[in-house]
Amino acid sequence: MSDILVSEQSAPGADGSGRPSGRLLEVDDLRVEFRTRDGVAKVINGVTYHVDAGETLAVLGESGSGKSVTAQTIMGILDTPPGFVTGGQVRFHGKDMLKMSAEQRRRIRGEGIAMIFQDSLSALNPVFTVGFQIAEQFRIRRGMSRSDAKKRAIEMLDQVKIPNAKGRFSNYPHQFSGGMRQRAMIAMSLALDPEVLIADEPTTALDVTVQAQIMDLLGELQRERQMGMILITHDLGVVADVADRIAVMYAGRIVEEADVYDLYAKPAHPYTLGLLNSIPRLDEKGQELRTIKGLPPNLMNIPSGCPFNPRCPMAQPVCREKLPPLLQIRSGRASACHFAEELVNRD
Amino acid sequence: MTENIIEVRDLVKHYPVTRGVVFKKTIGHVKAVDGVSFELKAGETLGVVGESGCGKSTLARVLMNLERPTSGHVLYKGQDISRLSGSALRRLRRQIQLVMQDPYTSLNPRMTVGDLIGEPFEIHPEVAPRGSRRSKVKELLDLVGLNPEHINRYPHQFSGGQRQRIGIARALALRPEVIVCDEPVSALDVSIQAQVMNLLEKLQAEFGLSYVFIAHDLSVVRHLSDRVAVMYLGKMVEIGTEDEIYERPTHPYTQALLSAVPVPDPTLRDNKAIIRLTGDVPSPVSPPSGCRFRTRCWKAQDVCAQEVPLLQIRPGSDHPSACHFAERREIVPTHEAA
Repeated sequence: MSDILVSEQSAPGADGSGRPSGRLLEVDDLRVEFRTRDGVAKVINGVTYHVDAGETLAVLGESGSGKSVTAQTIMGILDTPPGFVTGGQVRFHGKDMLKMSAEQRRRIRGEGIAMIFQDSLSALNPVFTVGFQIAEQFRIRRGMSRSDAKKRAIEMLDQVKIPNAKGRFSNYPHQFSGGMRQRAMIAMSLALDPEVLIADEPTTALDVTVQAQIMDLLGELQRERQMGMILITHDLGVVADVADRIAVMYAGRIVEEADVYDLYAKPAHPYTLGLLNSIPRLDEKGQELRTIKGLPPNLMNIPSGCPFNPRCPMAQPVCREKLPPLLQIRSGRASACHFAEELVNRD
Repeated sequence: MTENIIEVRDLVKHYPVTRGVVFKKTIGHVKAVDGVSFELKAGETLGVVGESGCGKSTLARVLMNLERPTSGHVLYKGQDISRLSGSALRRLRRQIQLVMQDPYTSLNPRMTVGDLIGEPFEIHPEVAPRGSRRSKVKELLDLVGLNPEHINRYPHQFSGGQRQRIGIARALALRPEVIVCDEPVSALDVSIQAQVMNLLEKLQAEFGLSYVFIAHDLSVVRHLSDRVAVMYLGKMVEIGTEDEIYERPTHPYTQALLSAVPVPDPTLRDNKAIIRLTGDVPSPVSPPSGCRFRTRCWKAQDVCAQEVPLLQIRPGSDHPSACHFAERREIVPTHEAA
C-alpha cells in the first residue's frame, strides 16, 4: 500500500554529473522495524517524502515519531540489528540506495548526502583535533596532500565563521564552545559540497541567541550552494522561520504535508492542530494551555485504525476501524485524516 | 502589599578553580552568581531566564541551601537560611522544595514510585504518621494526574512527562510554600510540556504555592510568570513584571534574547528584526570589567568598561535595568499576531 503523494513524477536519468534540478531525494513508502527482546516495534510505517534542490523540507514530530530513524535510514547508518528496513525505497537521483552496495553508498555519503547531528560533543571524535577531522575527508575522498587538505579545512572553518580559523584548526572539540562545535560540524558536513543536507535537530542543544546565529548560517550556505535541506526538529518556531514545506510525523507515518504558510494558517490534521495549540501564546496568558490529551502510542502496539484516534478530539467510530491514507486534499497539501476536509473548511 | 516569602540580598557564589593535586593552589574563581538581589512574594511565580552558564541553576541550588553562598543572604520569612544548620535547617527544608530538570536521572531507578514519593515522610515523620503514608502517596499521585494504582511501579515504566509528574508529587509531599522549578519542562515534548505547565498552574491555585521558575524557554516563562528576571553571566540584568520585560525591555541583552526567539508564525518571518549577537558568552572565570555584556553589546561605550551598571530604575522606564544606556526599543513581540 503506497500512500499517494505529490511525488508522482520522479526525475529519471537525472543522475550523473552536474547539478540537475528536480527530485533530488525521495523516500517512498519506507518501513523500518526494530526487533528487540520485548517484541517488534514498528518505528516507520510507510513514510513518503521528497526534497528538491534549494528547498528546505522540515520534518516535524515528537520523540519516537520516527523522524530521526528515517534520516538514519537515508544515510545508511541505521543500527542493524535491531533496526531492519522491511519495505520501501530511498531514491537519490532516481536510484534506490537501499539496493546499492556498501561502497556505492559510501560514495554518496558526504558528497551526495551529508548529515549534521544534534549532539556535537558526541558526534565529534574527542581524541582528534577539529581540523584533522575536517581535513581527513579531503585526504581520503579527494586524495589531497596533507598541506592542501589543511588549507581547505581552514577555509571551511572560515566559511562557517569560526574566528581565527587558522589557530583553531589544531584545537580539540572540548576546547570549542557548543555553538562553535556545531559550526565545526556544519563545516565537516559541507566539506565535500553535498547536494542534500540532513540537519537532525541542529540547534536543540543551543541557546536562543546562538541558535539564531546557526540557523542564519545554515540558510546562507544553503542558498549559496542550492542544497536541498531536510530539517528534522520538534521546534515549531524554528520551522516557521526557515522551512518551505513541512511533513508532520506521528507514530512512524506522515500525517500531514503542506506548504509552511498553509500549515500554520490551517492545519489539516488534528495532531498538527494540537501541536500548534500547545505552544504558549501571549493572547491566552492565564488560561489553561490546550493540550493533546494522553501519550504517544507504544510502537509495539500501535492502535488500530488511525494511530492518533485515542488522543484525537474529533475521533469517530470510523477512526478506530480504518487507517486513513495520506491523501492529497489541495495542490501541495496532503493529510492522513478522515476528516481533513472538515478541518480545513471550518473557521 | 503581599509579604515577601523569600528575599535574596547580594547573593554571591564563587567556585574555586584549583591547580595541582597535593599542593592545591586556587588560581581563580568561577563567578557563577555574582551579586544578585530579588524577592519572591507569596503566591507569585518569578521566572528566571538566561542562557546556559548564566548562573540560574546555581541560584536554584543556593536557594535550596544545597550550596552555601560565598557571601550574601537568602532570607525565608526574614530568617537567614544560609546560616541555619541541624534541626532548624531540616525544618526549613520542608518549606522549600525542588523540581529538577531531567526526569530520567532525578528518580532512583531502583525505588518504586511509592517509595520515591514517600521518602520525604521518612525524613519528616511529623507530616505523615507511618500508617497513613501509603494513602498519602496515593492522594499525591491522584493530585498530579497519575493512576494511584501504579504506586508499586518503577520509574522506567513511565514516560518522560509522567516521570516529571512523579518529581512534582515528591516536591509536593511535604506541603511546601515555595517550589523551585529548575527547567521542569525543557526535556519534554511540546504536547507533554503543555500538560505539565497546566498541572503546575493548577497546583499553584490549589495550594497557594510560590514558584521560582527557572527556564531558558522564554515563551514558557512568559506563560507561567508574574514577574521575570533576566540573568547574564552571574548578574541580573533586568527584572520586572512579565509585561515590562516582554513588552518594554530596556536592557540590550533582554532585547537581543527576545528578538532571537523563533516565532511560530511563518507570516512574520520577513518583518522580524533579529538583533544578531556576535560571539559567545565570556568565561565566568574572568568576566569583562564593568558591564559584563559589553563585549557583545552594540551600544557599548567607554563607561561600560569602567563602571558596573547597577540594577536600578532608569529614566524613561518603569522597572530596574542594569544598563548605562537603558532605553525602550520596539521588539517584534513573540506570538502577538496569533
